[in-house]
Amino acid sequence: MTKAMTKAAFIAVMMCGASGAAFADKIVISNWDGYMPPELLENFTKETGIEAEMSVHATNEEIMGKVTAGGGKGYDVLFVSSPFAEALKKLDLIAQLDPAKIPNLANLYPEAQKLEYDPGNTFSVPYAWGTTGLCYRSDLVSPAPTSWMDMLKPADALKGKITMLKTDRWLMAAGLKALGYSVNSTNEEEVAKAKELLSGAKKSLLAYDDTTFYSKLVSGEASLVHAWDGWCNYGIAENPAIKFVVPKEGSDMWVDTMTVTAASQNKDAAMAFINYVLRPDVHKWVAENILYKVPNQKAMEQLDKAMFEQYPNLAITPAELMKEEQLRDLGNGQKLYTQAVTEITFQ
Amino acid sequence: MMARDPIRLWLNAHLGLVYVFLYVPILVLIALSFNKSGLPTAWTGFSTEWYGKLVANPKILSAAGNSLIVAVASTIISTVIGTLLAMGLEEGRSNPWLDALVAAPMIIPDIVLAIALLSFYTLLNMSLGLHSIVLSHAVFNIAFVCMVVRTRLKNFDRSIVEASIDLGASELTTFRRVTLPVIAPGVVAAALLSFTLSIDEFIIAYFTAGAGQGSTTFPMQIYAMIRFGVTPEINAIATIVIGFSFFLVLLSQRLNREAAP
Amino acid sequence: MARRTILMAPGLGYLALLLIVPCLIIFAYSLFERGTYGGIVYDPTLENYQRAASSLFARIFLDSVRIAATATIVALLVGYPAAYAIAQQPRNRQMALLVLVMLPFWSNYLIRTYAWIVLLNNQGLINRTLQGAGVIEQPLPLLYNEFAIVLGLVYNYVPFVILALYSSISRLGPELREASFDLGGSAWTTFRRVTLPLTVPGIAAGAVFVFVLSIGNFVTPDLLGGGQRPMLGNLIYSQYLSARDWPMGSALGFILVVIMLALLFGQAILSARASGEGEARIVPQPARVAA
Repeated sequence: MTKAMTKAAFIAVMMCGASGAAFADKIVISNWDGYMPPELLENFTKETGIEAEMSVHATNEEIMGKVTAGGGKGYDVLFVSSPFAEALKKLDLIAQLDPAKIPNLANLYPEAQKLEYDPGNTFSVPYAWGTTGLCYRSDLVSPAPTSWMDMLKPADALKGKITMLKTDRWLMAAGLKALGYSVNSTNEEEVAKAKELLSGAKKSLLAYDDTTFYSKLVSGEASLVHAWDGWCNYGIAENPAIKFVVPKEGSDMWVDTMTVTAASQNKDAAMAFINYVLRPDVHKWVAENILYKVPNQKAMEQLDKAMFEQYPNLAITPAELMKEEQLRDLGNGQKLYTQAVTEITFQ
Repeated sequence: MMARDPIRLWLNAHLGLVYVFLYVPILVLIALSFNKSGLPTAWTGFSTEWYGKLVANPKILSAAGNSLIVAVASTIISTVIGTLLAMGLEEGRSNPWLDALVAAPMIIPDIVLAIALLSFYTLLNMSLGLHSIVLSHAVFNIAFVCMVVRTRLKNFDRSIVEASIDLGASELTTFRRVTLPVIAPGVVAAALLSFTLSIDEFIIAYFTAGAGQGSTTFPMQIYAMIRFGVTPEINAIATIVIGFSFFLVLLSQRLNREAAP
Repeated sequence: MARRTILMAPGLGYLALLLIVPCLIIFAYSLFERGTYGGIVYDPTLENYQRAASSLFARIFLDSVRIAATATIVALLVGYPAAYAIAQQPRNRQMALLVLVMLPFWSNYLIRTYAWIVLLNNQGLINRTLQGAGVIEQPLPLLYNEFAIVLGLVYNYVPFVILALYSSISRLGPELREASFDLGGSAWTTFRRVTLPLTVPGIAAGAVFVFVLSIGNFVTPDLLGGGQRPMLGNLIYSQYLSARDWPMGSALGFILVVIMLALLFGQAILSARASGEGEARIVPQPARVAA
């Protein structure tokens, strides 16, 4: 471990030396494409004079791999989900934040300021949050699903009409939660039982799908899908008969965060960007644009109430969210999960 | 001669079917680019609004431009180096170790090569950008070019090259007048192949690209957009790319015909 | 000898610098351990290779080989006659026909794959058309299975087969075949005794392309296979990126490369033997040299 840290530090130092003549006031932000209003960067530059450039990544895993191999050189702000932020911090690839430079942190819900993986927002600032559950066609599924078992051991009518998330943490979370275990469990026996349950569920699936499950609901190809709440909204926007439910056994709580790379040459500008996003009017605009809950109290209070009616899961309160379990980096337990997911999907 | 005609007919029919197979999905994506709805689930009416959105989205266009630069540059590098390599390899006794080395870039899974190259570039403290993608793509493209050109050189009668040199022709003249005419179709096919591989490659490009829009290629842009589904906007740009290439092919055919006596 | 060295120097130098050196780094990774949070702990170990020898990985490997081999055979059966037909066209048309083969592949892999999903799914164009015509009652299971994976691989890689084979077939002038006909050989005999042996290098190259590209592919099994039949490419990808276990990913990658190189050696020996049987040699035609 110390060696890994020394190596990371060494790379960071090399980079400082190499790019001394970097652009004075320009930051590069890596985010999912479409996960931010397109004009946001332009407005930011207009107001602060700091130039900002967008770089895109397709998955947490890819940006994480790239930053691990390249030290994060060239990037200033990274948008990643919380377990990845946690791991990046442990690997010394992202920087400690200075709360004095992000006064708008005060706009966050109190709950968002004391998240289990990073109390006090010392290295990550929540950007959007939510939970995972079942997204279904209320006109095709009756009775309405209430439990993970409705997906894992479905009624005959639903067989071949279900999709599940394949990203390891979320696939495992469904099995673990259904059995009443923690989504962060690294107990071998619990993971094995969840694996067994999920293996049994595989034969009633249409497919594993992390990206286009909502369009399968719209077309009627699937009638019940394992989904993140915000994505279910893309289906609801097309067909109001689509509904979202958090299973009664509970679920995970995910947080997409903003972090500043350790290699950034412009940490002040990067933090100014984070501060800008946290401004109530900006963060509210983000929520309207991406249809995700944002952890910003002032922003959510300004949101048009009609949106809560159209997208009921936007109205899930922080208190309700906090009842779900926060995803944590698993450390060495990750091997267990990867092995389990490989065995489930290949059989 | 008569016996061959039904065969030729059968072959051409097969070729026609292959083109149908290759173009059916393309027709689908072209149709979807004119679909009113953002989802590919149903036809909801004709619309050109996605093309309008595309024009307003400079990111996609700049990414397409970057891909073109990368593909052309890596094709040129790998066609030249790969062709020379193929000639060298086919000239002497075959050496299994050299053959293995030359085949290896095709075999290494993309993600392994991606991480290997980024680790190496980082170690060298090399700056990343379009140039590092070009260098990386050339690694596997050299192997593909070399393999295609070698098929052309197998059983090639070397005595004619030696004769040409014995008769006093320079190496270059011999290459231009004797070797090149034999291998030209292979070189062209190899260049086409490496262009196609490079323009569509995602994972190695993603890892070896610099940060920022300046080195975002088309596949990188598309993969990043997928989190929110395949919008007709993506289909629209693919339609334009294919339409434009199609136009170029027709044009070159026309020019060819006019040039021919 | 010197001439050969000069020809090969740029290529071998390039590969030495940008292939061998980076791959030595990867090989080194494979001998260490994953750190708790995904980095690398520099304690030498062979554990990764022991884990790679597990029966699960062996089964995934064999399954991938089977799928890739199926795709290769189908692609050759589709591609050979197509390349042959193109090579029979007038010379000035061949180039355009080849470009037309490649053109769809300048769009984007993901976009094409999603277009296939639109065609193949239960509510898709093919099923609805067949149901509308009354040919079938229940939709055919065309998607999210092995059929769909093979179809996707063949679709995306058949153009490479056609290119490799075209390069090989087009060098046979009509003279050889005509000679064979004149000597009374039937079309089939001519093909089997003259054309086929002389195009073995092209077949070999095309087969290698499809096979290696298929076995490393991770997008098609994910999207057309519905993630329910992961292949070797998915396995290595998930070790590197989901598990953040670079040592393990590197070990699997290294094993794959060694096995495939061994297969290629075998193939090279076989094709050397096959082309040794064909006595015909290609001599550049003076007429073409002048052109």
